[in-house]
Amino acid sequence: MKYARTILAVFLFLLFLFALIGERPFSAHFAYYYDILINIGINIILAVSLNLVNGYTGQFSLGHAGFMAVGAYAAGSWADHLSPGLINFIAGPNGVLTFVLKPFPILQPLGLPTVLADNAALVVATLFGGLLAAVAGLAVGIPSLRLRGDYLAIVTLGFGEIIRTLILNIDFLGAARGMSVSGTYTNIFWTFGFAAIAIYIVLGLVNSTYGRGFLTVRDDEVAAEAMGINTTKYKVIAFVVGAFFAGTAGSLFAHYTGYLTPEGFNFFKSVDVVVMVILGGMGSTVGVILAAVLLTILPELLRALAHTDFVPAFQRGLEGVIKIHLPPLQGLLENRLILYSLLLILLMLTRPQGLFGDLAGSRRRVASSASK
Amino acid sequence: MKVDRCTIRFGGLTAVSNLNMAIGNHELVGLIGPNGAGKTTVFNMITGVYQPTEGDIFLNGERLNGLKPFHITAKGIARTFQNIRLFVSLTVFDNVRAAFNLHLKHGPVHALTRGGKFKQEEAEIAAQAMDLLKIFNLDRFRDVMCKSLPYGDQRRLEIVRALATKPRLLLLDEPAAGMNPTEKGALMTLIEFIQEKFDISVLLVEHDMRVVMGICKRIYVLDYGITIAEGPPDEIRRDPKVIQAYLGE
Repeated sequence: MKYARTILAVFLFLLFLFALIGERPFSAHFAYYYDILINIGINIILAVSLNLVNGYTGQFSLGHAGFMAVGAYAAGSWADHLSPGLINFIAGPNGVLTFVLKPFPILQPLGLPTVLADNAALVVATLFGGLLAAVAGLAVGIPSLRLRGDYLAIVTLGFGEIIRTLILNIDFLGAARGMSVSGTYTNIFWTFGFAAIAIYIVLGLVNSTYGRGFLTVRDDEVAAEAMGINTTKYKVIAFVVGAFFAGTAGSLFAHYTGYLTPEGFNFFKSVDVVVMVILGGMGSTVGVILAAVLLTILPELLRALAHTDFVPAFQRGLEGVIKIHLPPLQGLLENRLILYSLLLILLMLTRPQGLFGDLAGSRRRVASSASK
Repeated sequence: MKVDRCTIRFGGLTAVSNLNMAIGNHELVGLIGPNGAGKTTVFNMITGVYQPTEGDIFLNGERLNGLKPFHITAKGIARTFQNIRLFVSLTVFDNVRAAFNLHLKHGPVHALTRGGKFKQEEAEIAAQAMDLLKIFNLDRFRDVMCKSLPYGDQRRLEIVRALATKPRLLLLDEPAAGMNPTEKGALMTLIEFIQEKFDISVLLVEHDMRVVMGICKRIYVLDYGITIAEGPPDEIRRDPKVIQAYLGE
């Protein structure tokens, strides 16, 4: 935490420079890599915020995609109905910035009013999406956080499915047709900007006497209550903060793809994020960030590998040696769910605490579940 | 602290029946009884884990019924646990610091802005936690994971953590369990020292007669949820009902 603020400030400044100079040519020339970068940012936000709930506070939520959907659709509707007004207000023919910048014709080629208006529209819609998701988090959290472990997992899973089904049946949100979002304003700066804010808030909370409350809830709820800690309040706060950032991630996603379908926020999306948290190590923000990066890049790498000549040749060779006909390896490499399962099994066997998780905590959890 | 005619029933089972108990300021009171007599239930009732089915609990004239455990701790009753319940993923230092949470003046917003007031309060908490650890000679384990402390030190750390909530009444649930005679002797001195140093009342639940008889000024004896005797150690020792409950006819 000591250097976290300095690192984040430098990082944000570099991002800002990149956004100012390099982003457009980069996204035009390297659209594929740009896509991966944005997805990494969104996944970092999702994983870091879920880590506050599942990792630091020790609750098991399986509904992160549900909150992401709330944020995405909220921001999407906002973008459709309210963003044009905002943009017009800032950068329209009679807009504020157009008027302010009129005496400086030298700045005209930068297109400053439009750029700033787009960014403002993105941020406002994203905050709106986050807030609505936070409200959903509060509504789900207060009744369900009395439950523990598996029971909470089932309730949050149910919530995610309810949200998805609701969207499927609301015509205003496009139902099964999906919803197109006007204005694809998401850029590297705000994606990683919100990721940095999420990281900062989670680390800032956890590294304080106030935030140590989250960890005590994870370790021993009964003892935490006996030490004067309102465990329900802490669980709800963790849930609401987690939901807020899931919502912002949803909004960034909506503003990036420009098109939303309910299927994009199904159970498997939640599992993706849970896998990132478990792989990185519950309660290790650095680990979870690295896992988010790794699990975003890995499917792309494997897809690339699957389409080389090497794989079919390797399969033919292998089948020649073992004299057994195998299912096509190409499909295996392209299916990330099969791969994730294998990865998780391997991880649980070798490092149950996750790549960067604390050793003492997980040993205790294993020991206590064994003694129950 | 006053327990007024409290009864607690779980379904058909009456765990504690018509309990009257009073602990004055700066008093060291013992609560004993054979296994299953309801001692820990009394603890859980006082600290709000269970609600009494009948009767009231008061602290300095204030009724505690219906309050959540964390509220009761805030009123000034802290406890330890029969089976040690430390925050196992935290260090010794953080275990103690976590207990200061109760009296925090700053909230989540201050934790994020990290202003001067926040830093000052965190520094004060760190200093107070260190002082407490020093008193109990645990300061050398400051950055050790509490799980790796020896058993006796874990028990003492639990007491330190309870004291960090600044209680007026400390409830100790079988602190001598699993200790050898030398450790038990040290524990007795420690409990008397705590009571003196922090000027608090102590209610001690204990199995070990030597410990209870040695330090408590007044003792309550429970059997099957019923108070069968109350008085100073010498009377209790000679009470035929107590002897019968412990040794049989």
